Amino acid sequence: MNTALLILFHLILLLAIPPLLPGIINKIKALAAGRKGPPVLQLYYDLFKLARKQVVLSQTTTWTFIAAPVVTLTALLIAGLMVPFGSFPAPLSFTGDLILFAYLLALGRFFTTAAALDTGSAFEGMGAAREVTFACLSEPALFFALLVPAKMSGALVLAELLHAPLTATWQTAAAPMVLVAVGLFIILLAENCRIPVDDPNTHLELTMIHEVMVLDHSGPLLGLILYGASIKLFILCALFLHIAMPFQAATPLGNALLFLIEMPLTAVTVGLVESVMARLQMRHVPYLLIAAILFCGFGFILLVR
Amino acid sequence: MNLLSLHTLAPLLKLCFSGNPLVLLTASGLLLLASGMPACLFSRTSNTGQRITVLLMGTGSAIGLTGWFRAVSAAKPFFWMHPWSLPWGTFSIGVDALSAVFLLPILLIPALGSFYALGYHPQSGHPQSGRGLEFFYGMLAGAMLFVVLARDSVLLLMAWELMAVSAFFLATTDHDDPEVRRTGWIYLVATHTGTLCLMALFVLLRHIQGSFNLAALPANLPPPLPATLLVLTVIGFGFKAGLMPLHLWLPGAHANAPSHVSAVMSGVMLKMGIYGIVRLLILLPPLPIRDGAILLALGALSGILGMAFALGQKDLKRLLAYSSIENIGLIIMGIGLATLGRSLHRADLIALGLGGALFHVWSHSLFKSLLFLNAGGLIHALHTRNINRMGGAAKGMPWSAALFALGCIAICGLPPLNGFVGEWLMYMGFFRSMDAGLGAAWPAAGLAAAALAMIGALALACFVKLYGVVFLGLPRETGGAAPHDPAATMLIPMALAAAGCLFLGFFPQTVQPLLQQAVLLWTPSDLQPFPLPDSLVWISRLALGLTAVIITVCALLFARMRRQAAPNAMPTWSCGYARPTPRMQYTSTGFAQTLVALFAPLITPHIRLVRIQPPFPKTTSFETDVPDTVLDRIVLPFFRLTGRAFPTLRLLQQGRIQVYLLYIILMVTGLLCWVDFFR
Repeated sequence: MNTALLILFHLILLLAIPPLLPGIINKIKALAAGRKGPPVLQLYYDLFKLARKQVVLSQTTTWTFIAAPVVTLTALLIAGLMVPFGSFPAPLSFTGDLILFAYLLALGRFFTTAAALDTGSAFEGMGAAREVTFACLSEPALFFALLVPAKMSGALVLAELLHAPLTATWQTAAAPMVLVAVGLFIILLAENCRIPVDDPNTHLELTMIHEVMVLDHSGPLLGLILYGASIKLFILCALFLHIAMPFQAATPLGNALLFLIEMPLTAVTVGLVESVMARLQMRHVPYLLIAAILFCGFGFILLVR
Repeated sequence: MNLLSLHTLAPLLKLCFSGNPLVLLTASGLLLLASGMPACLFSRTSNTGQRITVLLMGTGSAIGLTGWFRAVSAAKPFFWMHPWSLPWGTFSIGVDALSAVFLLPILLIPALGSFYALGYHPQSGHPQSGRGLEFFYGMLAGAMLFVVLARDSVLLLMAWELMAVSAFFLATTDHDDPEVRRTGWIYLVATHTGTLCLMALFVLLRHIQGSFNLAALPANLPPPLPATLLVLTVIGFGFKAGLMPLHLWLPGAHANAPSHVSAVMSGVMLKMGIYGIVRLLILLPPLPIRDGAILLALGALSGILGMAFALGQKDLKRLLAYSSIENIGLIIMGIGLATLGRSLHRADLIALGLGGALFHVWSHSLFKSLLFLNAGGLIHALHTRNINRMGGAAKGMPWSAALFALGCIAICGLPPLNGFVGEWLMYMGFFRSMDAGLGAAWPAAGLAAAALAMIGALALACFVKLYGVVFLGLPRETGGAAPHDPAATMLIPMALAAAGCLFLGFFPQTVQPLLQQAVLLWTPSDLQPFPLPDSLVWISRLALGLTAVIITVCALLFARMRRQAAPNAMPTWSCGYARPTPRMQYTSTGFAQTLVALFAPLITPHIRLVRIQPPFPKTTSFETDVPDTVLDRIVLPFFRLTGRAFPTLRLLQQGRIQVYLLYIILMVTGLLCWVDFFR
């Protein structure tokens, strides 16, 4: 298969699949609770509806408020180009791109939280404060998690780091990989504002993080935010899958199919976690994130032997 | 005096016509030193003297930049020595890639600051303090230039002292305020403790080498010497750099100085401490791995705690000052990595660590001056330094807001701006040390990478808070005139600093050759030099692409919103609450509360909570503050204790000359006995 086709494949996956994941999660949650639940494609419908709506802005806001969804989505899309889906190479990879990957997520966070403060509402300030606070703990955990495969593969390119040799790594260093996978799953939940860190469906704004930050966004701006959130979920799931799933098919195409099966399964797992757990008290969330640092950190220390 | 005889003049003349860039740089230094003098000749209330000063600063910097370009494009070191009639040392100056890296901020930032002062601190508005400020401002800039050029430790110490003392007079410009005097004294004590260590260091160097020249030391020094030299270097220069826990003078001095002085102190003067460390470390014999790891740990400590303290601050300029401590921590981490590389004979770690550190030196001098200059405009417009009383300034000050946002993104180390590039180089170094064969060094580097990630996240929290609380939302205190953008004289220097941030972020590969040369000075000659990664080109492309996409999409969105029919401005939806007030917004203190609580054991926040007792409580208040742990909880109590203990020694002070002579006789006899018995 030639390169152009591979890039096209990657782009289609990156642009089209992500809104499916929140749909699956919500469906699983509904089924677990004995409800019928919204259709799996609900987010697609919402995005189309929002794209046609008008924008209502708060009188308090400035340009930051409008720029934020755009910057966040652009940063996430560029970050998404660096993560390989399946065993196909990522369209964008160069030495040291893994650091740019983490910092693009941070750029999105800067603008989302700044836009929240732009509304001058206590609720949105609350969400922004929580978001940046929890990131201070999930960021070092993410870097510990990246250090382990970097050490094992000797590569500094995200695509190479996450590629095939990980199967061998699982055979030689299973314990660190298990620890890192657990830590990474906690980061995945925290960064995407899922239970037990945040509850996207709660009806009390006091208890939310991400949803409360975007209360005043509307129309296409809200659409960009929802779309961006699903892309972030998709990218981090892909990262998690590469590290946590040591299975390899014989051909690249087989790997791609495996990826397409694993991805919804991850969403199902997240949905099940959400169904069986309650959201943690806000003051307990740092302990969970410190646990993620410890998981990834111990994974790293096990390599020192 | 034979200074002016033909005998000494001949080599000077020869130098002047040799096209040596040192001539231009020296001329620039002298011009900067003298630039404040004309101001003293004019009346207290006339701005003419200040304008001449700015002109002289500009000319001096332009001449210096010409010399700088010549030195850099020649890509070789220049050196010039002249004996002088002082008892020690010689007048030897030189410029190499390392000096060139540190020269650039000295030539740019003070000139921007002096132009800014035309609007911020006009002579006519400050008849008492203005002329002194202009005099010492030029002195500081010139002295820093000679610190970087000096190749003789006596000359270096002289320039160093001139720099330290001018900075003292600048920091105490508003000395009517007792708080300013207090922070000034703390600065003076701290800087001279550092100088004391430097004197000891240079005396030791002279003892080992037999001259005051700054030249490499022999590799086979007896055991306690290398460690002693390293400790003296780190403490002596660390005091000036503001490395935690030697930072105790820094927050107060930066907060109480006029803003353009804070910009120069933070953006340039702190880097002189870094310069000293970078210059001296290559002279020392190879250090053990332990020392690199210690530097890494010191840098990480400065970074994390500096940011934790910054998060707790309410004072805009104190916050920026603590963030300088954090950035110095990052730079020291890079230097620590390069030191590890030297101990382990790894050219890649040297290149990435030192390259990252030096790049960050530039980045920090640009974005921190931008933020300090911006803070000056804010303080003028809002008449307070307390962040908790600000808010919504972006409406009246759109230009300041945009420039401030740019500075915040840069200082958080986020792409596509310059802060990211330096951190990226350091991360690359830490990740590269993951490969086998590094023994005990790679876990240290791994921990450093995680610490760097945490510093980045803390900085993001801090600067989102700062930008959001100051510029976004609604004004927290109503009344008074609406804030407005400062005059063009103040905006232009900020815009130039911002342009520097953009340039370094978009085209980091342009400075790669100079950084490469500087790294070569650190790389031992038996090592194959490591080229800085080509990925800088990728970063440049992506930064440009990201910015282009964002601007295009934003423009499309704006166009669409303009076309829409219905009105699109409503009050903020406060979850159905009918009467929201600006006071309900998160304050700076509230925003950082969880993080401050997480770091409470180390930064010891002071919380005054009034318990509400009776059924009908009266008006009550709540206060929190984050004092400096080292200064307010350790050093000052220690000084107070010694102040109480030492008066008992007054028993010895009889006030009679005979008694003192008796002491001398007893002392000399005692010493003679000691020599006889123990030697």
